Amino acid sequence: MTIQADASEATSHATIPAIFPILETARQQVLEDGIGLTQEQLEEVLRLPDEALPAALQLAHEVRVRHCGEDVEVEGIISIKTGGCPEDCHFCSQSGLFDSPVRGVWLDIPELVKAAKETAATGATEFCIVAAVRGPDIKLMNQIKFAIDRINEAVDINIACSLGMLTQRQVDQLAEWGVHRYNHNLETARSYFPEVVTTHSYEERLETCNMVKAAGMELCCGALIGMGETLEQRAELAAQLAALEPHEVPLNFLNPRPGTPLENQGIMDGKDALRAIAAFRLAMPRTVLRYAGGRELTLGDLGTRNGLLGGINAVIVGNYLTTLGRPATADLNLLVELNMPIKELQKTL
Amino acid sequence: MTGVSTGSTSGVPIPNRPLTSQARPGNPAVVAPGSTSGAAYCGHCGEPYDGGDGPPSSAHRECGARLAMEPPRYCAACRRRMKVQVTPLGWSAECSRHGVLVP
Repeated sequence: MTIQADASEATSHATIPAIFPILETARQQVLEDGIGLTQEQLEEVLRLPDEALPAALQLAHEVRVRHCGEDVEVEGIISIKTGGCPEDCHFCSQSGLFDSPVRGVWLDIPELVKAAKETAATGATEFCIVAAVRGPDIKLMNQIKFAIDRINEAVDINIACSLGMLTQRQVDQLAEWGVHRYNHNLETARSYFPEVVTTHSYEERLETCNMVKAAGMELCCGALIGMGETLEQRAELAAQLAALEPHEVPLNFLNPRPGTPLENQGIMDGKDALRAIAAFRLAMPRTVLRYAGGRELTLGDLGTRNGLLGGINAVIVGNYLTTLGRPATADLNLLVELNMPIKELQKTL
Repeated sequence: MTGVSTGSTSGVPIPNRPLTSQARPGNPAVVAPGSTSGAAYCGHCGEPYDGGDGPPSSAHRECGARLAMEPPRYCAACRRRMKVQVTPLGWSAECSRHGVLVP
């Protein structure tokens, strides 16, 4: 395993080099005027030389503080149904179509409630229940309803769900049950999507995202970068996400999983990951930009810190769905060290 | 490190505590913390553990590093794929024959 420790060097320069035109433009357009960069402008950010990276991250941090505030939102995620998914997302170890070591398993509701309590105890305000499915069937929807009720009885935390593609009726049900936020990622650029997923289309994903927004739930719509997409496609993805105007964008970095078609894809360069963080922030000045999976491999500890000082304003605390994250205390201590307050719970539903 | 101990000498994934009460005692998956004895298979890749009490192969050294960041998927005693449940602050892995591992 190679940890991309050199990501930390990206911000270690004592002096920030002179002028990079795209950053001067972004300072006025994004920081002052609150208008995200265009796809072409984002390509320029993603192509900035290493010596410009500290300035890009610094500007992205200023943008996030100006337009989002100082708070950092903390979330825990959990899989209620793991593995056996009929879809073929090439990055995912939970597809039943690949020779992955991940076995199918369901989490029982008491365990789910226990995890929600533990997550809330970290200071997290969001708890996202995830299922590896194309879309929920009646059995899963009933379980979700039951889980939401039991969690609400036991702990004060916002509940989010990620259950794949939804019908309008399912969207309406989740909204009625008080689901605060719904996650459905675009994952990659429209132009690269067919290389990554063949069992459903980009348009189907967009359809669910748009229904979620129309129903009044907050949309969490994320990206997974480092899957072999070009820089142009990375900029395309950021622009497409910006056009969708999600409340939150979780930013994942590929962690190549055994048995998946992308198992031999290398881990992306840490500096490219930091450029992407800055670019996504400059594309979406007001969006919650969350550190999600893969950052431990791609960025390491110091890179994680640089991202928090470079546009990130939310973290997934602790473990992911099938892999382990940094210890929750490591991230929470880092937020204290950086004087970044954890966002407090504001129940709106 | 969260998850599993890699063992003091081998890098082979060994549970760092005995199986829980749901486990079946007296079976070969019950190994002492830090021990390499009783671990026939790599918990990450499921291939036979080839290190004995000596240094592991380079392949299994990488497996050991990966097990710092993900739970074991294969039972170290019998190579069965385990049912693994990851939660925000923990994980468990269940072998149908040898019971439940927890970190």
